[in-house]
Amino acid sequence: MSVLLEIDNLHARVDNKEILKGFSLTINEGETHAIMGPNGAGKSTLSYVLAGREGYEITSGTVKFKGKNLLSMSIEERAREGVFLAMQYPVEIPGVATSTFLKHSLNSIRKHQGLEELDTMNFIKVLKQKASELGINQDMIKRPINVGFSGGEKKRVETLQMSILEPSFAILDEADSGLDIDALKVVAGGVNKLRNDKRSMLVITHYQRLLNYIVPDFVHVFADGKIVKSGNKDLALELEEKGYGEFIGNKY
Amino acid sequence: MAATSQTKKTVEDLGDKYKYGFTTDIESETAPKGLNEDIIRFISKKKEEPEWLLDFRLKAYQFWLGLKEPSWAKIDYPKIDYQDLYYYAAPKTKEGPKSLDEVDPELLDTYNKLGIPLKEQEALAGVVAVDAVFDSVSVKTTYQKQLEEKGIIFCSFSEAVHKCPELVKKYMGSVVPYTDNYFASLNSAVFSDGSFVYIPKGIKCPMELSTYFRINARNTGQFERTLIIAEEGASVSYLEGCTAPQRDENQLHAAIVEIIALDDAYVKYSTVQNWYPGDKDGKGGIYNFVTKRGACRGKNSKISWTQVETGSAVTWKYPSCILQGDNSVGEFYSVAITNNKQQADTGTKMIHIGKNTSSTIISKGISAGYADQTYRGLVKVSPKAKGARNYSQCDSLLIGDKCGAHTVPYIENRNPSAQIEHEATTSKISDEQLFYCQQRGIEEEEAVSLIVNGFCKEVMKHLPMEFAIEASKLISISLEGSIG
Repeated sequence: MSVLLEIDNLHARVDNKEILKGFSLTINEGETHAIMGPNGAGKSTLSYVLAGREGYEITSGTVKFKGKNLLSMSIEERAREGVFLAMQYPVEIPGVATSTFLKHSLNSIRKHQGLEELDTMNFIKVLKQKASELGINQDMIKRPINVGFSGGEKKRVETLQMSILEPSFAILDEADSGLDIDALKVVAGGVNKLRNDKRSMLVITHYQRLLNYIVPDFVHVFADGKIVKSGNKDLALELEEKGYGEFIGNKY
Repeated sequence: MAATSQTKKTVEDLGDKYKYGFTTDIESETAPKGLNEDIIRFISKKKEEPEWLLDFRLKAYQFWLGLKEPSWAKIDYPKIDYQDLYYYAAPKTKEGPKSLDEVDPELLDTYNKLGIPLKEQEALAGVVAVDAVFDSVSVKTTYQKQLEEKGIIFCSFSEAVHKCPELVKKYMGSVVPYTDNYFASLNSAVFSDGSFVYIPKGIKCPMELSTYFRINARNTGQFERTLIIAEEGASVSYLEGCTAPQRDENQLHAAIVEIIALDDAYVKYSTVQNWYPGDKDGKGGIYNFVTKRGACRGKNSKISWTQVETGSAVTWKYPSCILQGDNSVGEFYSVAITNNKQQADTGTKMIHIGKNTSSTIISKGISAGYADQTYRGLVKVSPKAKGARNYSQCDSLLIGDKCGAHTVPYIENRNPSAQIEHEATTSKISDEQLFYCQQRGIEEEEAVSLIVNGFCKEVMKHLPMEFAIEASKLISISLEGSIG
């Protein structure tokens, strides 16, 4: 099994406040890792830093993705190399149809990978098929992306994007927030379908509930800017029962 | 012409930012610089105009002399020296071209670069008729014969003066009188050419009519004049595209468009304006001072303006509708993009006079760089306009923090039964939106163009298909370098 992502002793700050304080994690191909932690631990910061969002200052540490220096790549380069971030709050883009957005996205990535760009006809064919697998109706892919979508619809469309773009590494940032149990099952089902021995995932959540549906290979407790404990899926249950207090010295 | 080779050099030095920045090496015949009665007589003589038209020009000129250049618009530009311009420039040929074979191949080449389907077989599978105005003279009108069979007249303005003087005489200046405003008076005095469209009673024009304007010669003002008449029950869709080569001095463009719609007639007028906007420091570019107005004279008539304005250094333009006929409808759909140091003061006037008249205004303004843009619109309801309705929506999108957007709606209502709605928003392309696009692999510039195209969608859908694609590309080109 080869290493996909290697984060080593990462320190990052926002507005001069240190959020990541020596974060290290190695993810192999095909593995699904869950990161659990209380609010304010820096979980979203971690996902933004990995995606390359501006406003986060890396003060030390390294991140290697497929052996390359991830931190020196632009946001879109990371995406094209296979990093996908399913957002906690996907943003609305008025007037831009979901299908249009996704076509631009897919073709940018295909171009980077030296593949032929899909024309509208072929793209729509792929899109329709994947959408129906996720229970997304044809109407929705014509609507402007995320505009007026319910929480469940947004998360479902994030999952749809993942299934179309086929990233090698997907970060799911609070994929269950705003979802009722039925919607959660649909999203988790979609995610599980995408799991294979090449694709890795990082599931960020502060509830154990999601991990009943997306069962991780490893669970890490994230507190105060770094991983304080790692284990298998049972660790999540333990956390659910005892709370985070034990791991972080009752600070929260 | 030495000036042309000089310009070529200048253009090469400037680099390759403006796609349409090439000049055509054709000898042009120009009137001497400056403006006086003799120049006007020269223009009129060149065009072998009848006496009444010369009189019209001279009256307009006299009136213009007594006017002051307006200063109320939110635009700032150096004083124009009207004596330092050429008012007439025509490509030099022995006689008027009889067919395309006789048209100067260099000229045809220019049109090819612009992507205009001048050759009929290329003309978008036979759906578009093109009247191309090169500098001041209409070069070739395609499809004229097919149109003539339906009784439709589509020709250059000068040709119409000879072909159907009674129509020109009856309608010219009836919507935009020569006393209307400074630039309209100037145009009325020196207008060089333009298009003329007449759709007879009950006829639906079977194809889109299209005119392509292009300013080529140096220091030339372009003063075209377009007149569109739709008789009872007639309908037509008219497209106007404009480009100008890249030059480092400013060129003046002051046009007039008049539309007349009689009972049950419908005229749709679409513009994609892409005059040279100047370089990133605001050097060069077209001054675009245009008076466009349509009169819905008949009952149930409708005039619809759609414009995509991406070019010009300075724009001053308010395509308007006078809703005289009962139940008549006026529409204004506009996308205006200003980048770098461009300035635009644009909008519309909807004048409700007839009963149950209605108007819709959708304006989308995008400002980037150091550009400044103003929406200025008037909705006026006269005492007799019972049941008048207006809906206005003016949205502005800002890119960066050095540009400006302003909305100045004027509402004058004198009838208590009127319903007038005005909505306005101002927004910025958010970091979240850009990040979201980029995280999906889309480059920043492409993301901006995607977001802006989405913002303009409501307007773009009113453009004829072939124009919509070009306009969407233009939006991307216009916003290049707006972020970063």
